[in-house]
Amino acid sequence: MSGRRTDQADDMILETEGLTIAFGGHVAVQEVSLKVERNRFKSIIGPNGAGKTTLFNLLSGQLRPTAGYVRFKGKDITPLAPFQRTRLGMGRSFQITNVFPNLTVLENVRLAVQSQQGVRLNWYASAKAYRRFEEEAKHWLDMVLLGNRIGVMANYLAHGEKRKLELAMLLALQPDLLLLDEPTAGISIEEVPAILEVIRKVKEAGNRTIVLIEHKMDMVLDLSDSIAVLFNGKLLADGRPEDIMNNETVQAAYLGGLYDDAVASAGD
Amino acid sequence: MSGMRTSKIGTIWFVIFVAGLAALPFINDSRSFLILMTQICIFAVFAMSYDILLGFTGIVSFGHCMFFGIGAYTSGVMLDRLDASIGTLLLSVLVGVLLSALLSYIVGMLSLRLKSHFYAMLTLAFSGLLLVLAEKWRSLTNGNDGFTFPIPSVMKDRTVLYFTALAVMVVMFLLLRRFTQSPVGRVLLAIRENEQRTESLGYEIVHYKVFATVVAGMAASISGSLYVLTLRFVNTTVFGMDMTLNALLMTIIGGVGTLFGAIIGASIIEWAHHGLSELAKFHPIFERWIIFFGLLYIVVVLLFPAGIVGTLRLWWLKRRGRRLEQSLQADSNAIRKEGAG
Ligand SMILES: Nc1ncnc2c1ncn2[C@@H]1O[C@H](COP(=O)(O)OP(=O)(O)OP(=O)(O)O)[C@@H](O)[C@H]1O
Ligand SMILES: [Mg+2]
Repeated sequence: MSGRRTDQADDMILETEGLTIAFGGHVAVQEVSLKVERNRFKSIIGPNGAGKTTLFNLLSGQLRPTAGYVRFKGKDITPLAPFQRTRLGMGRSFQITNVFPNLTVLENVRLAVQSQQGVRLNWYASAKAYRRFEEEAKHWLDMVLLGNRIGVMANYLAHGEKRKLELAMLLALQPDLLLLDEPTAGISIEEVPAILEVIRKVKEAGNRTIVLIEHKMDMVLDLSDSIAVLFNGKLLADGRPEDIMNNETVQAAYLGGLYDDAVASAGD
Repeated sequence: MSGMRTSKIGTIWFVIFVAGLAALPFINDSRSFLILMTQICIFAVFAMSYDILLGFTGIVSFGHCMFFGIGAYTSGVMLDRLDASIGTLLLSVLVGVLLSALLSYIVGMLSLRLKSHFYAMLTLAFSGLLLVLAEKWRSLTNGNDGFTFPIPSVMKDRTVLYFTALAVMVVMFLLLRRFTQSPVGRVLLAIRENEQRTESLGYEIVHYKVFATVVAGMAASISGSLYVLTLRFVNTTVFGMDMTLNALLMTIIGGVGTLFGAIIGASIIEWAHHGLSELAKFHPIFERWIIFFGLLYIVVVLLFPAGIVGTLRLWWLKRRGRRLEQSLQADSNAIRKEGAG
């Protein structure tokens, strides 16, 4: 069940205020003030080049904003480095696959498990002693349907498989907030439902917050508690899926015909 | 489970390899041969230490000789000024290691937060500084000329010296291998592969880089101490660019990221050195060994871009990968048949 809770300030796991970044003269993200409710599912949509990935980079610390701040779990994290944000419980997947090419699939995920378990400066024990890390890594790989590829070097994987590896690495971190950047892009049509199922499972466990960037509107409407629309770096609208669908500005600015199709198929 | 079998086979080969090396003095006891083998063991340790940086972490150093030189001068000075006992020798190795660790830490903290070439430049600057220091601090180092010093009497036996160098090489190999396979070592590989992704998994990069440089500095210092022990002499060449280039060549030729490759690389370079100086008796061109190493380097980079051991390993991994794939393919075919039937 998914009854809505009343909006309370401390229910916001993530908040941004006036978040802005300019690359030279080009303002890629402009004055974005976004709130993400704890244990909810929020999608971010917007046309190509709207600034969605750049916004993620600001949230996870890959980029520093020109102005504005990011608050996570009630704490201002704007000055923190990416690794500090990860340790606070924020995890992300990358739109452009970002794995360790010359390590095995298993090792890619095992590294995430090792970090999640807080084993960071142990230099004496053989990593083989951490058998349970490998077991856990296998568990996440099975979940994304990569269990049969564990011994392969990551750079020998097909594109879709790399996307799944990316997702497994994120899941293995078990973050409280998952930032997913187009997780199904490049995955074959037959396998998309299985990946969707993985995301749905995380959502239904009810103890994690997910922010999803996605172009596939049926998927967005199916999963989201709320949708934010980004357009030319600005936050155009943010609200419940129904409201976003009926929002005239959104329709005019971006969704247009695409949107009607999506509503029709979601209504079935 | 296939991994375990592989590592067992690896262990067996390694034991055979070491046993073979240990038997050498009984097979060929010519003096020059033993000296050559001793040098190989020493430079193998130096090359392995460089491999921790270049091969395992992806850090380039242009001044790795400074740690080699610190070990060399510390042992030389202490054996000369104190006494030539085993105790002093061990103490000097320890002091060299500590000094190197301290200097590595300082250089690392100063530069490893910045873009990667800063470390390369700073190590170059520091090794240059130490070279000048060794030249100018005449009361301690006797300047460019260097000085001879006594060594513990048991060490005067070439065979004892060879076994010492061999034992140090084997122990350092095992220790460094353990280090590279530890949780920290695995993170080093991850940094080499994709630094930004490693950070986004929650690892603080600079800690690991400094860790790697400190370990590499300590290992290099040990090889420097051993080196001057075999010569009973130390001068400023230990701080020379040649030393760093040697380590770089040995690591690349043997294969970066494979400690065993460093041993193979050291063997090839030292053999070549030896062979070329023999040939130089016939024609002076062979004294220009750097030309030949340059050629060797080009050939290796063109034919085996991953180095000798690295190329073998890649070939083997690919074969294993293909076999694994085939068996999986067979499995899924069988499942499909069952499903259809
Ligand atoms: N590092 C950068 N330097 C300069 N410009 C950048 C940089 N990163 C992004 N941009 C620009 O910012 C804009 C937003 O890019 P971004 O990748 O965030 O879009 P997006 O909404 O994720 O698009 P898509 O749906 O195609 O993934 C683009 O015009 C892009 O060219
Ligand atoms: Mg994007």
